[in-house]
Amino acid sequence: MQALIDVRDLHFQYDDGTVALSGVDFQLFPGETVAVLGANGSGKTTFVLHLNGLLKGNGSVTVCGMPVERDTLTAVRQKVGLIFQDSDNQLFMPTVIEDVAFGPLNLGLDRHEAAVRARTALHEVGMAHACEKAPYHLSAGEKKRVAIAGILAMRPEILVLDEPTTFLDPPGQNALLELLDRLPQAKILVTHDVDCARVLANRAVFFDKGRITGEGSVEEVIGRFNWDRTALKRQATSRL
Amino acid sequence: MHHVVLDRWSRGSSPLHRRDARAKIVAALVFLIVLATAHRSFIPLAFAYFAILIAAGFVAGLPVFAVLKRAAVVLPFTAVFAAISVAAGEPMRAAVLVVKSYLSALAVLILVSTTPLPELLRGLECMGVPRYLLMVIQFLHRYLFVISEEAQHMCVAAQTKSGSMRRSLFHGSRFNAAAGALSVLFARSYGHAEGVYQAMLARGFQGHFRTFANPVFRKADAVFVLAALAVLAGVRLVLEVWS
Repeated sequence: MQALIDVRDLHFQYDDGTVALSGVDFQLFPGETVAVLGANGSGKTTFVLHLNGLLKGNGSVTVCGMPVERDTLTAVRQKVGLIFQDSDNQLFMPTVIEDVAFGPLNLGLDRHEAAVRARTALHEVGMAHACEKAPYHLSAGEKKRVAIAGILAMRPEILVLDEPTTFLDPPGQNALLELLDRLPQAKILVTHDVDCARVLANRAVFFDKGRITGEGSVEEVIGRFNWDRTALKRQATSRL
Repeated sequence: MHHVVLDRWSRGSSPLHRRDARAKIVAALVFLIVLATAHRSFIPLAFAYFAILIAAGFVAGLPVFAVLKRAAVVLPFTAVFAAISVAAGEPMRAAVLVVKSYLSALAVLILVSTTPLPELLRGLECMGVPRYLLMVIQFLHRYLFVISEEAQHMCVAAQTKSGSMRRSLFHGSRFNAAAGALSVLFARSYGHAEGVYQAMLARGFQGHFRTFANPVFRKADAVFVLAALAVLAGVRLVLEVWS
């Protein structure tokens, strides 16, 4: 089976000299959801920014058989939908419908088709009622849904979600996880939230100092790197 | 948030809002040219134009007092030149300068308060304004929102620590701290702006904002332009002949 995303020996260094990635190899296959775990500053977000061509490092990144290069950026950005941690960054148009249609219009669709796609995507995420609202009037959970709709409207084959549950309350998190679980696209999930990884992912990779140091099932990776609060919970329970 | 006021005003549905952006831009340009070149019988002309602008504000359903207040933002800049004119012994010239700049600002404010920015920029693009300049305006507008948002967050943070950024700025001993806070504001805004730009690129942005609206220049827009031209030029002509 051909990988949707194939990353080989990826290296990246920021202008200030910080080495963010040092030899990352990664593959994502159709239908998969992979959780990307690791400490703050381990290179997770830097890694996913390469998948959409927002950063360019040394090594090879291939998306749906296309190398991520200047000439292929438009096609790559249609294939890989990147949902950022802070939805406020992602919502920049005056109304929800205009924001969701931003991507389809950039793909060259006419206004009618872009509007249809935007409305369909908003319906899909349960935000059809908010079409004419201003994004800054929405709650954190609603913003996240609209941000996802903005990506879905571009009909991507791969969704990359950077900390999707951040800023959401537990009911908001549950609703978001249900929504993401329903979406058929292959997903990469950058997260500190192990419950989120457990619910959505069927594989996990662990980043440390810019490289993948562990890979396996979600439970295996969480267990191997002690990436859970189980011990703390046990302590708390014993105190009670 | 305070910074969205103009954007909210621009999304009304009054007859003025419904006019094509190009028609409003032409009308505003005519106003600016007629005003800038007026010399004779300036006082009655200024009153007449002020009344026309107030009427336009009412027709557009704008909060006229708030619009008048916002237009005054231009006064500190022209006050400098007015002061120079006064010092040079030309108080009348100083007054004309202040009035002209205020009325011009008011006209432009009514234009941007009745036309959403994407439509305004599209109108300017159709009229041959260089795309590069329009891109700069788009980003300036977007990032002003970003800076304003960050400033509001920082003000709240300062207040929770029993401080006030505004008070600090005018308090000598705390000026350094306030200056530091300002630098942090710009650094944070820069980071935030970069996030916005990355999100735009990730959704296929190629340097050109496309809008939903499909601008069509209708008969009513042509009538509006002709009416604006006739009224503005007519008023000036009548007053000049009368004087």
